[in-house]
Amino acid sequence: MASLYERLGGEAAVDAAVDIFYRKVLTDERVSDYFDDVDMEAQAAKQKGFLTMVFGGPNNYTGKDMREGHKHLVERGLNDSHVDAIVELLGATLKELGVGDADIQEVANLANSVRDDVLNK
Amino acid sequence: MTQLKYNDTLFTVSKGASVLETLLEHGQEIPNSCRAGACHTCLMQATNGKVPDTAQNGLKDSHKVKGFFLACVCKPDEDLEVCLPDVEKLKISATVSQITKLSEDVIELKVKPSEPIDYYAGQFVTLWRDDALGRNYSLASLPHTDEDLTFHIRLIKDGQFTGWVLNELKVGDKLSVQEPVGDCFYTQGNAEQNLLLVGTGTGLAPLFGIMNDAIRSGHTGDIHLFHGGLSSPGLYLHDMLTTLAKQHPNLYYHPCVLKADENMADNIIEGDLCQIVSQKIDKPVNWKSYLCGDPEIVKKLRKKIFMAGSKMTDIYSDPFVYT
Repeated sequence: MASLYERLGGEAAVDAAVDIFYRKVLTDERVSDYFDDVDMEAQAAKQKGFLTMVFGGPNNYTGKDMREGHKHLVERGLNDSHVDAIVELLGATLKELGVGDADIQEVANLANSVRDDVLNK
Repeated sequence: MTQLKYNDTLFTVSKGASVLETLLEHGQEIPNSCRAGACHTCLMQATNGKVPDTAQNGLKDSHKVKGFFLACVCKPDEDLEVCLPDVEKLKISATVSQITKLSEDVIELKVKPSEPIDYYAGQFVTLWRDDALGRNYSLASLPHTDEDLTFHIRLIKDGQFTGWVLNELKVGDKLSVQEPVGDCFYTQGNAEQNLLLVGTGTGLAPLFGIMNDAIRSGHTGDIHLFHGGLSSPGLYLHDMLTTLAKQHPNLYYHPCVLKADENMADNIIEGDLCQIVSQKIDKPVNWKSYLCGDPEIVKKLRKKIFMAGSKMTDIYSDPFVYT
């Protein structure tokens, strides 16, 4: 059976998802402040890296990267409710792209697997 | 500890510091301008050691192979030996063919290069007065059609370069032009796509080039050009663009000012540029956008256009600040 990343459509799927997902996080008052980067292109590149990872694609993230990358956000108050919101928006993005519930769940599991590192717990 | 060798001297690179920062800190003179990896003024060459890939973003492959890199965005993770490239080889000499005052503070400079230069309208070059003083300017001319390279130069009070252009430069004088770079240009193959061009001040220069390129290429989609100024004298190509828009049914020229003045032409719109653009172009889905000029306005518009449904990769902006 094809891997999750292959089933979702690989890099092309990530490219299709990144704009939709980014637009959602920028409009969602629960999390928009954390994403309103000065440099939208740099921010979009980060989103792409994140989506590739939770789609089960090739990535080199380590727990340490996740901790260091989000430390300043945790200091600003990033907590479980924000991660919940992101998982929800991720699911909505995939639904919009016609992905089935089982695969969406698998993506959510991958996103949840880095929760503790992201929140520096 | 990462070591940097330059001019037979060893320098220690502090954690997170760039090659440019390290050398400047130690009193070395390295030409530089934007310090953001955009303008290519601080181009250097590594003669030993490998620079991170990110320090070569936007360079030509032939240059990458030779170890060229941008010192301002090069944070080395291994020891390097570097030198300033022989930029003279990258420069082409040019002769001033025309200097025209377009408005109170904008000059149109036309220069004739000593050999043909390959470029896209909307890209930018570095204009060098001499070895030490160079500034970036966008190309408002069209390759293959215009013999001369055209630049719109805003006069800055006490500006070193613009002061020289205004007070000393004459027709027949020489300066040098360093190779065109940037990805803010018209691309063939989507003739029916609508184009949104928004610029403030001399951010109009690259857009003017892109617009002409699109028209010459037989673009069939709508082309909306917004030019923003503080007041109407800042709209330095107003009459020409108004006429052009009358000649081309798919070209729409929207002159905008922050503050209206008494004698301004009646097609000029008063108000906040970002709001005017959003009102006129409310659904830029599948449009291609080019944004040039004031960085705050470019940033705001980029977000607005993206949120209104445009693909991020369909929004181009010039990476450097217009000074």
